[in-house]
Amino acid sequence: MHQKDVLRTNNKMEKEKYNKITIKQISGAEAMIHCLLAEGVDLIYGYPGGAIMPVYDELYKFQKKLNHILTRHEQGAVHAAQGFARTSGKVGVAIATSGPGATNLITGIADALIDSTPIVCITGQVASHLLGTDAFQETDIIGISTPATKWSYQITKANEIPYVMAKAFYIARSGRPGPVLIDITKDAQFESFDFEYKKCLGIRSYNPLPEINTKKIDEAISIINNAKKPLLVWGQGVILGRAEEELKSFIEKTGIPAVWTILGLSALPTSHPLNMGMVGMHGNYGPNLLTNECDVLIAVGMRFDDRVTGDLNTYAKQAKIIHLEIDPSEINKNVKVDVPILGNCKESLGLLIKKIKQNNFSSWINHFKELYEIEYKKVIKGDLFPKKNGLTMGEAIESINKYSKGDAVIVTDVGQHQMVACRYAKFNRSQSNLTSGGLGTMGFALPAAIGAKMGAPDREVVAVIGDGGYQMTIQELGTIFQTQVAVKIVVLNNDFLGMVRQWQQLFFDKRYASTEMTNPDFVTIAKGYHIDAVRVTKRNELDSAVKKMMLSKKPFFLEVCVEKEDNVFPMIPSGASVSDIRLE
Amino acid sequence: MELKKYTISVYSENNVGLLNRISAIFLKRHINLDSFSSSESEIKDVYRFVIVVKIDINKINNLVKQIEKQVDVIKAFYHTDEETIFQESALYKVKSNSLFEERKIQNIIKQSQANIVTVSPKFFVIELTGFREETEKLYNDLKPLGLLQFVRSGRISVTKEKMGISEILNTFKNNNNKI
Ligand SMILES: Cc1ncc(C[n+]2csc(CCOP(=O)(O)OP(=O)(O)O)c2C)c(N)n1
Repeated sequence: MHQKDVLRTNNKMEKEKYNKITIKQISGAEAMIHCLLAEGVDLIYGYPGGAIMPVYDELYKFQKKLNHILTRHEQGAVHAAQGFARTSGKVGVAIATSGPGATNLITGIADALIDSTPIVCITGQVASHLLGTDAFQETDIIGISTPATKWSYQITKANEIPYVMAKAFYIARSGRPGPVLIDITKDAQFESFDFEYKKCLGIRSYNPLPEINTKKIDEAISIINNAKKPLLVWGQGVILGRAEEELKSFIEKTGIPAVWTILGLSALPTSHPLNMGMVGMHGNYGPNLLTNECDVLIAVGMRFDDRVTGDLNTYAKQAKIIHLEIDPSEINKNVKVDVPILGNCKESLGLLIKKIKQNNFSSWINHFKELYEIEYKKVIKGDLFPKKNGLTMGEAIESINKYSKGDAVIVTDVGQHQMVACRYAKFNRSQSNLTSGGLGTMGFALPAAIGAKMGAPDREVVAVIGDGGYQMTIQELGTIFQTQVAVKIVVLNNDFLGMVRQWQQLFFDKRYASTEMTNPDFVTIAKGYHIDAVRVTKRNELDSAVKKMMLSKKPFFLEVCVEKEDNVFPMIPSGASVSDIRLE
Repeated sequence: MELKKYTISVYSENNVGLLNRISAIFLKRHINLDSFSSSESEIKDVYRFVIVVKIDINKINNLVKQIEKQVDVIKAFYHTDEETIFQESALYKVKSNSLFEERKIQNIIKQSQANIVTVSPKFFVIELTGFREETEKLYNDLKPLGLLQFVRSGRISVTKEKMGISEILNTFKNNNNKI
């Protein structure tokens, strides 16, 4: 089916599912709830306060239909909404009061923008007659959030609510997804009006799904059919576009080796014979080196981030580049491409598969295998099966693999543990790797894991966090205790801000400025929240502790005390070429 | 890096936050605006921004795509001076007695083809619309004779090529009617 027809039938179906909803004379606050229900929302995260109290009053009345999770900080609410969105594929919702409540959302909003996560944030605002008077808890959240949102709007009249909310959800989830912020004044929450809700099916100034140019498809096919050493690199676009099957069929038919960015991880099972590993700063040796040797680079749903490309002047200069991308502003942004293919990669991959030649590239693939062997000897073996006394982060991940069997959702924070987890965690299914990739937000993992578990309740969710990032949102243990959401928390404790310390060691002559941490007793803290907690300091305790954690049906905390000054390798020093990747 | 002057034209919905959104795109990239103006366009309820910047020729395309990416932007274009017809307006406020004392001033006004907007016992106001060089020349000529106030508008411009905004809006309308 032509993509426009697909869109049309989808819209038709949606239209039938959501007939117009009309209710006479309700308050703006109640209308907000009906909008959420009409959008299929049954779970939101938030924190109350003065300017949003009318909506909270309605949440109380509607609690059977719409579950509100009280986090311990608004940053926790927005990260939880992100986690929920990323495992469920639905729009996550966070709600907060004006002023400090609203500003506390900003980090998560910025994170969702750069990582293309569909969320709608609702903030209360002072009454409209007080706008601009520096009223109590007034802040210009629209102004503050503008560069960090895909769209935002301030509602000052109740009758704007249905149209604006419908638009908010449509914008958040369509095209390249992203965060939307809706600010609503207190008087608009109190005001009564006749409610009428219709889903938004399109906005004339916004084209979320560019039409695929079939000429470009043909150009790409002839380049790929003639390639000798093609390489495919995919990103989160594959997961957001639900193009996992198409990706798999494409590489299986063509025999092209495939590598992933950190946000693309889990779209293809780790065990797939054509999955060659990760690109980027701490990615695998072969994928990085061979990026500069391939003759054709097929980039699918990724945006050539600097952590992936290193020095642009020496990035894949020898290759013809084909870029499958939904966002026109990403084409030629960082890397000049030979064939841009705009559109949802699910459809464009589908079109490519139809006409592409069956092939195999075994000798080219052997290159990857040889380089993997080198990396294995120099790095991987020592990470996963260390001979030294201290525990490594790698063996902790390997132990989780043993009991998750690749079926768990792994949520990581930011730092060394993140890179190690993404390098070594095994995955069988998509939407399983959640991490703050673009913004690198420490404090993301714990609250995101809460949302991830609620977005995929049948799945095991394991948060892997550093001792630094853990303490940035540690208060969310309160949310876990109160909701009994069964997340598994693993803190890899090196008593350092490890990743920064690694840079200090390598690039600042070991001047460890403010990176060593005197940490509290994490097990006691978890127990204070009545969460089962175990600390592991020796190798022979590790597997049994991980097993106990994975078998538990309840929230569980595991601290693994690892070697203090281990480094993550391979590494491309920042600004260097992917060819300059270091193994030690 | 090769800098060049471009006129960016943005067609958009009239949304309160949009101005902020567009200026944030320049702010984020540390780009100064030479001038900025906005008004309703040839289509009712569709607004048009005209922004003039000097920017690296390799960056203009990406910049304009970032603008077009904004939900409330219908379409954004960029053009060189050769591709547009453009003008700026300037107002000059001068003491009235200099009009009579300085015979020179009358010649200056005549030669520049400026219009006299207001004459009062205390001051008079001259208006000139044209290229930057023209309004600047008049400024330089009047300056020594006692210029009380001077102000120049941002560039306004139309393009030689057609913009096709109505077509975009019509396609949307037709597609949506079919749904
Ligand atoms: C909010 C925030 N502040 C600062 C940083 C910079 N930063 C990146 S990694 C890192 C260290 C993280 O330490 P830890 O959480 O202990 O994890 P480790 O690297 O030791 O695994 C820091 C400070 C960041 N990414 N996010």
